[in-house]
Amino acid sequence: MQNYNKIKMTQQEYENMELLRFTTAGSVDDGKSTLIGRLLYDSKSIFEDQYEQVKKTSERRGEEGVNLALLTDGLKSEREQGITIDVAYRYFSTPKRKFIIGDTPGHIQYTRNMVTGASTANVALVLIDARNGVVEQTRRHAIIASLLQIPHLVVCINKMDLVDFKEEVYEKIKETFSNWASKLDVKDVHFIPMSALTGDNVVERSTNMAWYKGTTLLYYLENVHIGSDHNLIDPRFPVQYVIRPYNDEFHDYRGYSGRVAGGIMKKGDKVTVLPSGFTSTIAKIDTFDGELEEAHAPMSVTVLLEDDIDISRGDMIVRENNQPEVSQDIDVMISWFHERPLQHKGKYTIMHTTREARCVIKKIQYKLDINTLHRIQDDKIIQMNDIARITLRTTVPLFTDPYRRNRITGSVILIDEGTNETVGAGMII
Amino acid sequence: MNYQLNHLKELEAESIFILREVAAQFENPVLMFSGGKDSILMSYLASKAFYPAKVPFPLLHVDTGHNFPETIEFRDNWVKRIGAKLIVGSVDEAIKTGMVIEEKGVNASRNGLQTAVLLDELEKGKYDAALGGARRDEEKARAKERFFSHRDEFGQWDPKNQRPELWNLFNGKKHFGEHFRIFPISNWTEMDVWMYLAMEKVQLPNLYYAHERDVFERDGVLLADTDYIQKKPGEKIVRKKVRCRTIGDMTCTGVWESEAETIEQIIQEVSTTRMTERGGRTDDKRSETSMEDRKKKGYF
Repeated sequence: MQNYNKIKMTQQEYENMELLRFTTAGSVDDGKSTLIGRLLYDSKSIFEDQYEQVKKTSERRGEEGVNLALLTDGLKSEREQGITIDVAYRYFSTPKRKFIIGDTPGHIQYTRNMVTGASTANVALVLIDARNGVVEQTRRHAIIASLLQIPHLVVCINKMDLVDFKEEVYEKIKETFSNWASKLDVKDVHFIPMSALTGDNVVERSTNMAWYKGTTLLYYLENVHIGSDHNLIDPRFPVQYVIRPYNDEFHDYRGYSGRVAGGIMKKGDKVTVLPSGFTSTIAKIDTFDGELEEAHAPMSVTVLLEDDIDISRGDMIVRENNQPEVSQDIDVMISWFHERPLQHKGKYTIMHTTREARCVIKKIQYKLDINTLHRIQDDKIIQMNDIARITLRTTVPLFTDPYRRNRITGSVILIDEGTNETVGAGMII
Repeated sequence: MNYQLNHLKELEAESIFILREVAAQFENPVLMFSGGKDSILMSYLASKAFYPAKVPFPLLHVDTGHNFPETIEFRDNWVKRIGAKLIVGSVDEAIKTGMVIEEKGVNASRNGLQTAVLLDELEKGKYDAALGGARRDEEKARAKERFFSHRDEFGQWDPKNQRPELWNLFNGKKHFGEHFRIFPISNWTEMDVWMYLAMEKVQLPNLYYAHERDVFERDGVLLADTDYIQKKPGEKIVRKKVRCRTIGDMTCTGVWESEAETIEQIIQEVSTTRMTERGGRTDDKRSETSMEDRKKKGYF
């Protein structure tokens, strides 16, 4: 097997590529690592020395053929235990797109890793073993993808080779999943029958499943429309850092740098600064490469205003006629990460965009059964890997949008004030 | 109007966000500069992030004393160009004072000593954040690295107990004496780095371009001839046209036979190459988990 002839690309092509982030969730048994190995290998993203190392390891373990799953092997302790503990990031590209895979373990104990990988993804791949159909873990993955508002969900019905590539098996799983998923909040669901082991419908079209008229996984990933995955409607500019050069050339320069979190900001726009409420006009959108007429999410720019107002990190520049919610009482779905349970009435540091505050947990509303979506009202001990709806009160107002509307201005993390660890991630309702 | 950034611009925006976040969250950051393309990229992005102000933190170079002379020359010019302050930590000095002990034998390398000097410099400068140009595609241990990577008071990395990183929210909180390693270009691949440097026409050390040099072969890797490496019997010096794919110590940085004299030719070469770029690093070849082991001790 020689697959090292990487695809030649011109610089022009390379500069027209888009970036797509996707997350994969599944356990070892679903063939997740094999699928990633297959994508990397068949898209010619593997180097000879990497391949040789995997080949050697496969031989040493007495495995039949080259185990592509080993391409995703990580840390020593993970190899010893044969499981993935932490999110691993992997990269490959085709002439159309560069892909970042957030490869997360699927075991229930690692819900926090799944949430982490899902937070920035455009697409979630949920793997199903065709022999087993929709199982608890499938539902959990889909629910997390839905909670984290990953815009596109691909259900990979894998191991079709082990069910003789039968259409009925695929159709039945598709139907079961669709019926169940109707209660989820996912906009775009796609199904692909495949075998990661044999490569059917991953990169190459399957000759064993002529009945399937859809696309391969790679084709889907290359072509799915991601242009509207960022919010381009509500202008939000959290001020990250104030730039003051203090030199002769830029004597009075006072720029507010940050990353556009939503909408489109234009030179000349009338804006309001939160929390002060002062209004002004965008005088200039500046970058190292020169001035811009407009900026949109997720660009990093520097904004200069017509008026001299006091603005610092954590403030937000918005449009006068399109403002976020300004509030100290916030309802969130929280995903809990720490061994020490969430403390009712407990105090935590909260980070939201570039703003930081303290907060107190006022009320634990209910815990979510992440396998069924049922609300558990009588158990309010929120442990590691639990997801719950809570109400919190912050020391200063935050400028928020519902997470469904904007993943950046709608998300928070909680930090333990004693250990400084990130203990929870919340999505604003 | 198309509101979709191309992938290089999106990576740039992400890295600039991280660099500004470091300036905002930490009191005394420092940027680790090796003279290689990744640290050149990182410092270039830093000059973009704070424009028109100067980069608000110094560059730190740990000089093993075994660097290619070209690296040092480039470093000094580069620092002047971007208007940054340079701090040099010297392994030679550390050996003289007895802080570290030189490895012996034909495969002796100062790579391990670098870590001790680095940690010492971080402590002396009271830096609370050290920015590094490591990328996740380089090596399997680095694939699990965070953008904001917490280190305890011994500078150690605990891969099993890393802070989850979600959305655009980076937790840089720490106790007194602890610090962070920050990796702003985590999501870039080798190809992305080259394409971006070409697109932006960034100047690079000549070592990256094909040139004639005296070399010899050891364990399948071509090494530059230098007094810093003891040759084994039978190792023959030959003159070849070569270039570096990564730049590190002369003792452990392999060179590659190449005809690529321009950045465009390098891109052509990288896009068709069959070996990972660290394939020429003898420091990674010591065992299957060399990087993981070194990282736990405080290496980058």
